[in-house]
Amino acid sequence: MTVQVRLGSTLASAAGGRNEFEVEARNIMQLLRGLGKQYPELGPVLERGVAVSIDGQLYQDAWLQRIPPGAEVYLMPRLSGG
Amino acid sequence: MAAVMKPRDPDITYSQVGTRPNRPDGVDKVTGRARYGADISAPGMLIGKVLRSPHAHARIRGIDASRAMALEGVKAVVTRDDFPALDELPEGGGEEVLVDVACNVMAREKALYEGHAVAAVAATSARVAKRALGLIAVDYEVLPHVTDVDAAMAPDAPVLHETMFTRGVEPAPSTPSNVAERTEIVLGDVAEGFAKADVIVEREFRTEAAHQGYIEPHACMASMSEDGSAEMWVCTQGHYSVRDMCAQILGLPLSRLRVTASEIGGGFGGKTTVFIEPTALALSMKSGRPVKIVMDRDEVFRASGPTSSASISMKIGATREGRITAAEGELRYQGGAFRGSPVPFGAECCFALYDTADVHLTCYDVVVNRPKQAAYRAPGAPMASFAVESVLDEIAQKLDMDPIELRLRNAVKEGSQSIYGPSFGPVGMVETLEEARGHENYQAPLGTRQGRGVATGFWPNYGGETSVTLNVLTDGTVLLSLGTPDIGGSRASMCLMAAEELGIPYERVRAIIADTNALSFNATTGGSRVTHSSGMATIQAARNAIDNMRGRVAEMWGIDVEAVEWEDGFAKPSGSNAGDFEPMSFSEIAALSSQTGGPIAGHAEINAAGAGNSFGTHVVDVEVDEQTGAVSVLRYLVVQDAGRAIHPSYVEGQYQGGAAQGIGWALNEEYIYGEDGTLQNPGFLDYRMPVASDLPMIDTVIVEVPNPSHPYGVRGVGETPIVPPLAAVANAVARATGRRLTELPMSPPRILAALSESAQAS
Repeated sequence: MTVQVRLGSTLASAAGGRNEFEVEARNIMQLLRGLGKQYPELGPVLERGVAVSIDGQLYQDAWLQRIPPGAEVYLMPRLSGG
Repeated sequence: MAAVMKPRDPDITYSQVGTRPNRPDGVDKVTGRARYGADISAPGMLIGKVLRSPHAHARIRGIDASRAMALEGVKAVVTRDDFPALDELPEGGGEEVLVDVACNVMAREKALYEGHAVAAVAATSARVAKRALGLIAVDYEVLPHVTDVDAAMAPDAPVLHETMFTRGVEPAPSTPSNVAERTEIVLGDVAEGFAKADVIVEREFRTEAAHQGYIEPHACMASMSEDGSAEMWVCTQGHYSVRDMCAQILGLPLSRLRVTASEIGGGFGGKTTVFIEPTALALSMKSGRPVKIVMDRDEVFRASGPTSSASISMKIGATREGRITAAEGELRYQGGAFRGSPVPFGAECCFALYDTADVHLTCYDVVVNRPKQAAYRAPGAPMASFAVESVLDEIAQKLDMDPIELRLRNAVKEGSQSIYGPSFGPVGMVETLEEARGHENYQAPLGTRQGRGVATGFWPNYGGETSVTLNVLTDGTVLLSLGTPDIGGSRASMCLMAAEELGIPYERVRAIIADTNALSFNATTGGSRVTHSSGMATIQAARNAIDNMRGRVAEMWGIDVEAVEWEDGFAKPSGSNAGDFEPMSFSEIAALSSQTGGPIAGHAEINAAGAGNSFGTHVVDVEVDEQTGAVSVLRYLVVQDAGRAIHPSYVEGQYQGGAAQGIGWALNEEYIYGEDGTLQNPGFLDYRMPVASDLPMIDTVIVEVPNPSHPYGVRGVGETPIVPPLAAVANAVARATGRRLTELPMSPPRILAALSESAQAS
């Protein structure tokens, strides 16, 4: 399944400005590995760790989360808080 | 697996959730029985003290601890030589860079701020330990320093890290800099957006660092055994993170370090990392005795993170109808002596409330000779929102438009795309604005020198890893084991949710915070995640126990488990078996547990997702004393979306606490540095936080737009309430005085100076 991925927040500038990518993936692990393999420019972003938003739900370290067909997918900076 | 749970049927009413029972930890706290970090002791325990750099920036040429070690009663001294080299550390450290955490715990080549730890002593008494500190000779080469964020960005500024080259700049710089990283959020075309604007306001803003101000200082005790295992008792928001960071910094297997979280006297984000804990463990390793370290207040201010100070440029355009057409800003945050200021969160949050197509925000993460910043409620958001919400207020004034109406005309709704990327689900931004506009406070008459300010705030919230065990006891009571330290009443909320699911009274459920050996991993209490995530795990654990009990009842009745339903605390036969058996109560099933398979327990280990965003609107009335420059808060209203308030009193408490802290940040709190780079006000006498007598009762309205990814609809509420107050108060002062202050805090001298300028100008 082809997933359209966008870079959210400040990640687009960190990855050199390109904002949209396509990758074959059924879950978050396949998504991240596929992006790293196909798009070396995303390397620094992925190495620092990202969260993934799928249809507005934020997933952090949830590699086995399935991605529904046609989902809105964003890579996001990891979130923490006080 | 990642967990998102379906919402409960809205037609089912709640019996426990939404009530306000007494908190289970209340009696111990008001009687002094509760054990905080400093209350822990052990036989043979030593007292640890930390020697801290008196210089803002200095190379450490050598440390001679021989005289200290020779002092009677001194059992161990540790310096940088007693910690593994930084390049030997593994990747990790949770959300922080472990190398930076380790270097902050104990200075290596350089002391990077006044208060940076350079050595520590364990002795038989505090008096001896303190004396020993004076016998440690540190050979410093004092270096030029910089404590101001804008000054640190100047080309000729003293450089803290010779290996820091600004990320995010093309071509990559060849000279080191104090700017750790430059990032941007770019949406649409701001030039086109500004061309459509009828009014444009552009301002420069500055905020000072504010400390979390928790009443309980950092405290811990570490006890290393001869067999290589260790125990720690720590005042912390995340004992699993303490375990992981201490073990990684000192090279221990995770399974050899057991950490128990004490009761905690406030954290607000400031206790999400380690400061003294690895040092106590290193001293215990070296001395073979338990070692306790308790920071004094001076150390808390000098050496544990306040939040960032910030310098912000903000320009916003709008049509005469009040539609925002474009926004352009530059956010410069210092994160203390290490990279990692929360400037990206500031950029994400300050425009997340508004449906704005053309935005360009540039962020700079800057290092200075100050203590490493730590999270503070909604890290990074209050400063950026101060800028945006102040400019919007000025736009409303120029358009002669009600400030809430202006925000309503731009508010995000379900389906709006956030400026940081994803589309919003159901959110309560509009609802909080409308509730605020309809509240009596918004209609209250104002007198002379009085003004009303409005501001809104946002925090995205997140879930994270969470484990819960629920034990059903034979007398029909329940014990919940949680792994998220209880800062704001979460034990009560978890007991309510367990009671709701099980169908038993709240009083029959008790909760404890279990140690790191008792449960699987739990992410830190922070980011407004606990009521959502631990709540979700508690509900799953309760349902797991119910399934267990249904199975036992089905066996006793000789019917399929599917034919046993759970309702209001009873197992009942259903379908074709309805009425064939007398329903069995929770207590009856619990009493038979020994005979029906042994102990009954439910558990859940999840990575919670779907935290649900939280929006809030604040309205404040102030009065400005033109003689003294003092600002009095007359009325304060917090309206915020909680999704579903499990224990409304604690939700209100979060709203009030965030507002109180934000008012302090707006009016008085600030880190003041001298020319020599040393902190001038490391105590509550000179660092002025608001106390109860400074504030009116803070009014609250809980809006409930359920979060569809939580079974009860919960959204985290702890972060958002500190986001709007900075701007809300500034907007009120501007309307009371006719002068807009853009630098915080708005302390009496600044107010008087602004009034004086105003008088001279007129």
